Amino acid sequence: MAEITYREALNRALDEEMARDERVFLIGEEVGEYDGAYKVSRGLLAKYGPRRVKDTPISELGFTGLGVGAAIAGLRPVVEWMTHNFALLALDQVVNNAAKLRQMSGGQLSVPIVFRGPNGPAEFLAAQHSQALGGYWMHVPGLKVVAPATPADAYGLLKSAIRDDNPVVMLEAELMYAWKGEVSDQEYTVPIGKARVAREGEDVTLITYSKPIRVVEEAADRLAEKGVRADVIDLRSLRPLDEETVVSSVWKTSRCVVVDEAWPMASPGVTVANLVNSRCFDALDAPVELVSGEDVPMPYNHRLELAAQPSVEKVIAAVARVLYREDL
Amino acid sequence: MKTELAHYPKEELMRMLTTMQTIRAFEEKAGMMYGLRKIGGFCHLYTGQEAVAGGAISALDLSKDYVVTAYRDHGLAIACGMDPKKAMAELFGKVTGCSRGKGGSMHLFDVEHHFLGGNGIVGAQIPVAAGVAFSQQYRESGGVTLCFFGDGAFHQGAVHETFNLGKIWDLPVVFIVENNQWGMGTNWKKVSAVDDFSVTAGAYGMKGYSCDGLDVLDVRATIEQAVADARLGWPSLIEARTYRYKGHSMSDPQKYRTREEIDEYRKRDAIQSFKFRLSEAKMLTEKEWDDLTRRIDAQIEEAVAFAEESPEPSLEELYTDVYA
Ligand SMILES: Cc1ncc(C[n+]2csc(CCOP(=O)(O)OP(=O)(O)O)c2C)c(N)n1
Repeated sequence: MAEITYREALNRALDEEMARDERVFLIGEEVGEYDGAYKVSRGLLAKYGPRRVKDTPISELGFTGLGVGAAIAGLRPVVEWMTHNFALLALDQVVNNAAKLRQMSGGQLSVPIVFRGPNGPAEFLAAQHSQALGGYWMHVPGLKVVAPATPADAYGLLKSAIRDDNPVVMLEAELMYAWKGEVSDQEYTVPIGKARVAREGEDVTLITYSKPIRVVEEAADRLAEKGVRADVIDLRSLRPLDEETVVSSVWKTSRCVVVDEAWPMASPGVTVANLVNSRCFDALDAPVELVSGEDVPMPYNHRLELAAQPSVEKVIAAVARVLYREDL
Repeated sequence: MKTELAHYPKEELMRMLTTMQTIRAFEEKAGMMYGLRKIGGFCHLYTGQEAVAGGAISALDLSKDYVVTAYRDHGLAIACGMDPKKAMAELFGKVTGCSRGKGGSMHLFDVEHHFLGGNGIVGAQIPVAAGVAFSQQYRESGGVTLCFFGDGAFHQGAVHETFNLGKIWDLPVVFIVENNQWGMGTNWKKVSAVDDFSVTAGAYGMKGYSCDGLDVLDVRATIEQAVADARLGWPSLIEARTYRYKGHSMSDPQKYRTREEIDEYRKRDAIQSFKFRLSEAKMLTEKEWDDLTRRIDAQIEEAVAFAEESPEPSLEELYTDVYA
């Protein structure tokens, strides 16, 4: 066991998979000479050379599509998007090509490709650079979507994503790259489609994914001080969604709060809330609560941008509502 | 060939010098304020590139012309006439900022002065600029739009789609690639198929011009010609070769380039060389220069004080301005 950062965990996974499989290559803006805009690919150019670590022009549509082409022709690309905001320029290649080529070709083709980069708000970046876009990908059949919240899962899920024969989109976060956590020195993978139970409790189920895990954990700590014990579920994968872990938790607790930093309309959060409503209806003692990002473009001003995101206070208030308690 | 000073009246030359120096002083102050954490996030300074804004905007008639650019927008905003107070307050995230503290450094907008931003997505402003020109043509306003973007942005598909649209519809637009030679940590030559962007204009049936982006008068003369063409419905592409002194944004350690490279360009500093030419020609005394810089410094101090004293937007502002 060693304590390493989320960034280092991703780097180790990339390094090991590149060493393991010659077909794996990394492509994106500033991934090589600059060692990655967020230093995730540090050292990989030096180790694997420019054939396997490709610096691109700022042409998201072009290099993402090129990745798709390489994937249907025998390679296993890892496409780094500097952020998911910029991946919107490449949406067409992911949605219309990567996600569809297998089915449209009647199973002749497979598209073993990983698209990855930071998603969601960081700080002071304003509307175009602070968007949680996981729902865009989660919406699309043919894609898999993973969103690790710890270094251990970042490592294990990236390895699984690279080995998967399907297109996998990975949601990271700028503010998570420096998070530290224990990661085994032994090689391992984390299966796509399996949630993680971050802590066990029987009073309420808190469900989240990616960066808001820390807000949720802190809320759970504070609730524990008041005697409320939360089951905390870190989804880890958005597609496929681990329905069983979610459903069995809510059958146990009868109350559920979903925490998602994305906007509330047509979001991962509402999808999960709908799952709980439909599969746990008879178990629920209160309507499912969703704590989402506010339904506005992110403002630059720091006070406003904090107010626009899920907070410990908002989570506790939602828990108070599902427990019908005013003393929390 | 150098454009003659005598070509322009003295007031015009002084205006260009003032614009450039105001931008320089604003950016240096912004850099300091960033260091003091008054400004956060991405903050891309224009220092080194002042001659492009100073020369280009001076060729416009902003009663009908428009300007569109990317996130490295402080310089062009000021050149268009944005009050430095409003610009600084925006960087501070204050409600008195041009975008009410919601946009920040990358999203300066000033509709009154025909400055339409301030776009953070590389290349995204380029089709938008063509749309502004489309509106000018449609309304027969006689105006043109200057569309600025970087050498890195040149490789976005939107650029090439827009060049074609501009040409086939005779839009009154001038495309200006501010080649400051670095797109973040990437040298422009590494990612460009051509070593002179202006040659690509030919592929779209447009005229292509190159100008020395460190020479304000060369920029001015080139843009003047391109603007005159654009008013007749002939879009064109101009490459202004320039240099940025500071990191890509405030958080850039700049390991990709050498101190010497920066120093080389600083020796050719656009403001210093212009000032030198003006004094050689006896059009500017040391005293006039001192007075000018003192006046500008005071204006920038005032901008900082204004930003400092201004209130933040209230929490209710979260839900305002989202829809018209
Ligand atoms: C679509 C998109 N991709 C990537 C980025 C990240 N990014 C911001 S600026 C930049 C470099 C742009 O360089 P250039 O166009 O030369 O402009 P400069 O910064 O030199 O003014 C990059 C890669 C972005 N903002 N938008």
